[in-house]
Amino acid sequence: MSQPVARHPGLNLGGAHGSTDAAAERLMFGFWVFLMSDAILFGMVFASYVTSLDARAGGPGPHDLYDIRSVFIETLLLLCSSFTFGMASLALKYQHSTRRLVGWLGVTLLLGMGFLGLEIHDFLSMIAKGGSASRSGFLSAFFDLVPLHGAHVTAGCIWLVCLVAQIARFGVDHWVKLGILRLALFWHFLDIIWIAIFSVVYLAGLT
Amino acid sequence: MSLVAALIAHPLGRLSLQSLPFWQMLQDPSKDNLINGCIATTAAAIVVIGAVVLVALITRYRKWRVLWSEWLTSADHKKIGIMYVVLALVMLARALIEAWLMRAQQAFGLHGGFLSPEHFSELFSTHGTIMIFFMAMPFLTGLINYVMPLQIGARDVSFPVLNSVSLGLTAAGAALVMISLVVGKFSTGGWFGYPPYTEASFNPGEGPDYWIWALTLSSLGSTFTGINFAVTIYKERAPGMWLRRMPLFTWTALCTSILMIFAMPPLTVATAQLALDRYLHFHFFTNGMGGNLMHFANLFWLFGHPEVYILILPAFGVYSEVVSTFSTKALFGYRSLVLATMGIAVLSFTVWLHHFFTMGQNVDINAYFGIASMLIGIPTGVKVYDWMWTMFRGRVRFTVPMIYSIGFILLFVLGGMSGIILANPSVDYQVHNTVFLVAHFHNVAVPGVLFGMIAGYHFWFPKAFGFRLDERWGKLSAWCWIWGFMLAFFPLYGLGLEGLPRRSVAYTERAYVPMEIVAFIGAFLVIAALAALLVQLWVSVRDRDRNRVTAGDPWDGRSLEWATSAPPPEYNFAQLPVVTERDAFTVAKEQGTAYRAARRYVDIEVPRHSALGPIIAAVGFAAAFGLTWHIWWLVLAATLALIGAMIVRGFARDLEKSIPAWQVQAEQEAWLQSVAATASVTRAQEASAANRGLARHEEIAGVIP
Repeated sequence: MSQPVARHPGLNLGGAHGSTDAAAERLMFGFWVFLMSDAILFGMVFASYVTSLDARAGGPGPHDLYDIRSVFIETLLLLCSSFTFGMASLALKYQHSTRRLVGWLGVTLLLGMGFLGLEIHDFLSMIAKGGSASRSGFLSAFFDLVPLHGAHVTAGCIWLVCLVAQIARFGVDHWVKLGILRLALFWHFLDIIWIAIFSVVYLAGLT
Repeated sequence: MSLVAALIAHPLGRLSLQSLPFWQMLQDPSKDNLINGCIATTAAAIVVIGAVVLVALITRYRKWRVLWSEWLTSADHKKIGIMYVVLALVMLARALIEAWLMRAQQAFGLHGGFLSPEHFSELFSTHGTIMIFFMAMPFLTGLINYVMPLQIGARDVSFPVLNSVSLGLTAAGAALVMISLVVGKFSTGGWFGYPPYTEASFNPGEGPDYWIWALTLSSLGSTFTGINFAVTIYKERAPGMWLRRMPLFTWTALCTSILMIFAMPPLTVATAQLALDRYLHFHFFTNGMGGNLMHFANLFWLFGHPEVYILILPAFGVYSEVVSTFSTKALFGYRSLVLATMGIAVLSFTVWLHHFFTMGQNVDINAYFGIASMLIGIPTGVKVYDWMWTMFRGRVRFTVPMIYSIGFILLFVLGGMSGIILANPSVDYQVHNTVFLVAHFHNVAVPGVLFGMIAGYHFWFPKAFGFRLDERWGKLSAWCWIWGFMLAFFPLYGLGLEGLPRRSVAYTERAYVPMEIVAFIGAFLVIAALAALLVQLWVSVRDRDRNRVTAGDPWDGRSLEWATSAPPPEYNFAQLPVVTERDAFTVAKEQGTAYRAARRYVDIEVPRHSALGPIIAAVGFAAAFGLTWHIWWLVLAATLALIGAMIVRGFARDLEKSIPAWQVQAEQEAWLQSVAATASVTRAQEASAANRGLARHEEIAGVIP
């Protein structure tokens, strides 16, 4: 550890954060590796979806079930939440007031929850139209892939609330900073997964 | 509302008296039911009595506090490693007894035998599941856990508490397989549990659910382990420990970790989708409604083939260390061994389809996967030559690990050859689903993986516990393993060519009987090998004062794990070593820089103990048990507890404790004094009581540098 170490990809805290910046190296690298593994998980579920497109068993297909307007709004909400999380990360890095940091995190949470609310609404309306998971292989694959992303977003929201609670308890300390750095990566990762879902599932499905 | 009603009506889900192993034979005491019921009840009784005796002993000797505060909650990679190996040995014992029972059934299997088909199917399913997920995986994870951080000169793994969580998840999965002996039945669908047979329409019972949740727990644990090890190797190496100076065992640990990171997720997806099919009536792999069992076959083997190399690569690492150390020579062809390891790791993702050549792909696809499978023989062959050249003109000693290594080289080559035969799709069409295949994969798994793990156990045991294992019992065990393996599995090649299908509970061909009996004799020898291992452990513990190797280097070791005391202190090294060359400890011994006091002693931070690992083990087990038996309140409570535990952990601060410099100094100086008082031994005295763990450097005439 005497030699200069490579910096982890993504937003670095910088030397002003002292030992936290150094500690981020190992933790962030580990989190990147975890995300790689998670990406494989999503990759497998994507493969399962793409190979099940024709397995409709006489049931409804994308044109009968998907609501592009709703999905487009969801996409906007999620993309905006990535932007607001970016603002939170900058507030953390440049040590702006805790109020500003928590404010951006709060906006992110609201956007994330808005996304989840709309998504659940979509799922319910699909089921109402006769498109439940047990209807066909195609719908099974859909309800594995898209809700898996939703479950990740839910986990991200719970994590975010916990971090805000930790800020209330400890202030923006060493562990809170490392937590926000990792959650930021996680959040942007889910954004990328969503872009893939939007393109592969919804856009390709409706063409 | 119906859920609430169901909760009140069936608080224990589908658990009932019928879940007990002796219930059926009491209801209907026919001869078949009595035999199978008695065997199942005996197995259940062994689990229950074993647990009761264990609890009683711990209580009797007042060890609960020690067990909790020094072991279960420990985040020390060395203790976690030891616990993994203990788990592996316990599971090995069960799976070997099952193997013996299967061989007994087949030896008497002409027109019947004594086991029911269901019982026999349960046996091969648990045997395979345990050997892969709860014997081989914990064994190699334990060895890597113990050895790798020491080899790279680190104080611990990168994420010590995550390490303890991984152990907890694996142990919870193993506990689920063990409890399936007592309540209900395990899956009858084999270790890979192919649907649609394992779907609810054919198998509505708890069996496949036991299998699904045991595997899910274990695969999550292995994913975290892979991440942890890979980050450790990339980030925690001592100054100067460049990648190309790492000991080969660490290289294989790195490749195995990368495979775990990428190969475990397909398994998680496969078991999760099967669970969705079974619990929520999805249609991934069902017959009809758009389900497709081929998706399962692809997902499972996309995991399953890399898994084979997850298992074998660390064993290759052990052999590399053992052959080099017990030949007193630097490893021949280090660079080619590293490249071969990496090559195998990459190729392992390109061959999964050879597990189902006969399931309907076109000829071109089969040809591609056949050729890719044969290619793996090339890097593996390179390794075999490297090990042989390492021994060439070396100072070879036939210690126990070396006997296993040489047995491995001879037998593994045979297993590899039969693999090349099977990689040819047209041959595979002839012998697939026969015991020829069973002979092949045991021929690579037993002499390859298992011998490697046991060799590693003998090799590093003195480092972990400070005394050597008894050589005589060890050699007896090794020879029993080698001969037992050959007698048990070589006949299966012949039987397979004669057409005996695998997983046959019985057969009608009289000509099979003699070979089956030879295989049964082999099974006895393997059980004897296990018994000899246990006796060896007992004898070695009894005579430990005669075989102490506190100085820490009983085998004239070459890498850094031998540069510290046996057992090593919690922080591994009083001062982190500085590495200038490969075989760092040999270099230090030659230059006279080994066994030096630190220039300056500083406080050392080590991770505090954490209850998170055992808590996650408990709630993970509870959730899996509840899911298996449809005890929904238990599932809900366990899930909430799981989330709660992680949230509470997020609020934990003060995660490290500091070991003061004076304590480090005192321990280091005490050890150095004992080293100074120890007489060094030559390699000729290695196996004698004179060996106190200080090696005398010997010039060897005739060694090719």
